[in-house]
Amino acid sequence: MAEVQLTGVTKKFGKTLAINAMDLHVPHGAFVVLLGPTGAGKTTTLRLIAGLEEPDAGDISIDGRSVNRETPAQRDVAMVFQQYSLYPHMSVRDNLSFPLRSPILKTPEDEIKRKVQEVAEVLHIPHKLDNKATELSGGEMQRVSIGRALVRDPAIYLMDEPLSSLDAKLRADLRVELKRIHSEIGATLLYVTHDQIEAMTMATHVGVLDEGQIVQFGTPRDIYENPVSLYVAGRLGLPRINTLPASLFPGLPNEAVTVGLRPEHIHQGDGRDATVNRVEHLGDQTRLHLNLEGHELITLTDVHTTLTEGDTIKIKPENPLLFDGSGARLA
Amino acid sequence: MAEIVIKNLRKDFGSFNAVKSSTFTIEDGEFFMLLGPSGCGKTTTLRMIAGLELPTSGEIHIDGEEVSQKPASQRDIAMVFQMFALYPHLNVRKNISYPLVSQGWPRQRVKQKVEEIAQILDITDILDRPVGGLSGGDRQRVALGRAIVRDPKAFMMDEPLGALDAEFRERMAEELRGLHDRMNATTVYVTHDQLEAMQMGDKIVVMNHGVIEQFGVPQDIYDWPATLFVAEFIGSPPMNFLRFGGDVTPKSKSIKLGEATVKVPHQHAAASGDLVLGVRPEHVSISDKAKYRGQVLASEYLGTTQIITIETQHGEIKVRAPSAQAVRDGEQVGLEFDARTLSLFDASTGQALISEANKGVLGHG
Repeated sequence: MAEVQLTGVTKKFGKTLAINAMDLHVPHGAFVVLLGPTGAGKTTTLRLIAGLEEPDAGDISIDGRSVNRETPAQRDVAMVFQQYSLYPHMSVRDNLSFPLRSPILKTPEDEIKRKVQEVAEVLHIPHKLDNKATELSGGEMQRVSIGRALVRDPAIYLMDEPLSSLDAKLRADLRVELKRIHSEIGATLLYVTHDQIEAMTMATHVGVLDEGQIVQFGTPRDIYENPVSLYVAGRLGLPRINTLPASLFPGLPNEAVTVGLRPEHIHQGDGRDATVNRVEHLGDQTRLHLNLEGHELITLTDVHTTLTEGDTIKIKPENPLLFDGSGARLA
Repeated sequence: MAEIVIKNLRKDFGSFNAVKSSTFTIEDGEFFMLLGPSGCGKTTTLRMIAGLELPTSGEIHIDGEEVSQKPASQRDIAMVFQMFALYPHLNVRKNISYPLVSQGWPRQRVKQKVEEIAQILDITDILDRPVGGLSGGDRQRVALGRAIVRDPKAFMMDEPLGALDAEFRERMAEELRGLHDRMNATTVYVTHDQLEAMQMGDKIVVMNHGVIEQFGVPQDIYDWPATLFVAEFIGSPPMNFLRFGGDVTPKSKSIKLGEATVKVPHQHAAASGDLVLGVRPEHVSISDKAKYRGQVLASEYLGTTQIITIETQHGEIKVRAPSAQAVRDGEQVGLEFDARTLSLFDASTGQALISEANKGVLGHG
């Protein structure tokens, strides 16, 4: 395992600035998740570290060694893609052995055997080793393609939305699994996603990307509870943070232009009248869609609430997040 | 719009039985979800209602008329697929007009109708744009427009949001449901995503291996699952199962879980042997004085709440707790179960045992 440091890295595609003087530090043994919408520069960042793209400026170093001039193979990184690409005519064992048999690594056969068995156990697929790749379910195939990265013991794992093509149940299972694998092998992992649940549940650190820059870097709890901007606040939290004009609530600081209210910032029972637009039962939680003086907001309520459309409840903000006119957080 | 009644519907593909014997009613104006894992028969059911597959046996009544052997074209149903197929060489207006033009509607009426639909879908400003340059969301709206412009008796939707990314899916789900509320059209919607089903559906049919496991309103299915399959399929994380050996009599108000006595809803049936106590993650709380104990394995932070995984002598369980509650990995904690919410299952049949609490939903006790 290793640490990765990006310093002032810039990448343009024609006139588009994909990565804008990015600084990023991935510590030893960390599970760093880069979170951002489509086009924020997540995948480009991974590809730059992997050596699949060349930066226009800046430095990329792995374990203190500048790798700008190194080929992907020399960098000793392993990449897992969204779409699992296995060799369909090979068994799971041969698929897993393949990277080790490469002419560069030239691993002895008994070593390969041991390594593949070890990785299969970590992934809970030892009983599938002699199946053909095509006989596996989607989740198993994705586990094999993760396994193909694991057998190599690279300096760093780069994963590009590896769970996004799987269905919801499998995604939930593999989230837990990836976290377990990370803690078992103690690897350094850089993981890209636009799924906030993945970021919150797996990451030791989250980097929030916006237009090719890291706008905040910290633990998931830090990012959720202390977002530096409206943009960051909107990336984490379900239901999404409500934003209302500060003028609605007297007594706030002058600089406050927008009030950000997560469900835990909305006290129910006293305060101002809000009308219930809709009650949405999700099983484990019930969402209230409210209208407060012409502004829509969503909060959570008791699962078996008797409230229905058209009812009125009283609400007031409680320790809300405040933002200025530019969207920056006011402390 | 129409009511759809399904009776003893069955479909075989060669020797493979895709749908066993389904019976349910979709009421007029309902947003109806067919939910289940891949291969459970949900899409086959939808295709039989639409007329894209003919059933092996059984009946389908749309608006009072038996249509099971009629071709799709005579059923007046619109289909929306996961991959929205638009005519790339036509603009938005022409794509939406197409079904009406091909039915020979007069020009003026087509124009009027298309503009009305565009307003419902909020795409008036892109009517004259080619579909090529549109965003995924707008393309989806145009595809919907083409389905609703005909005023069909019902809409069939086969995972229309499946190909979209998570954030956008959430928004489109809201939009689809809003659209349904404005038009009150009977809609049958196939999905494997339980959250989508919970969020959008008036009623849900949960299918597995061609069999209907449960049919009802979302919150009832969530609270009182009829089978272990439903309990595990619905909810994220799913219902926890604590497996134990014991007896339940029609008088039982508690069970023995190891040394601890756990209060359960007043039971109506008898069962013995391998039983399962089912409890949702949000119905377990961590409490020092609770007798039933376990060891904290891990916690996952989710913002407002956290999920704590705890090893007990009856298996691993997940607890949803406020994220302010501090727990340490490895710590021993007491677990309190919310008695009114608990379900018991017979492990051998997978069926829920009928109690005072779930008899209203499961109804056969």
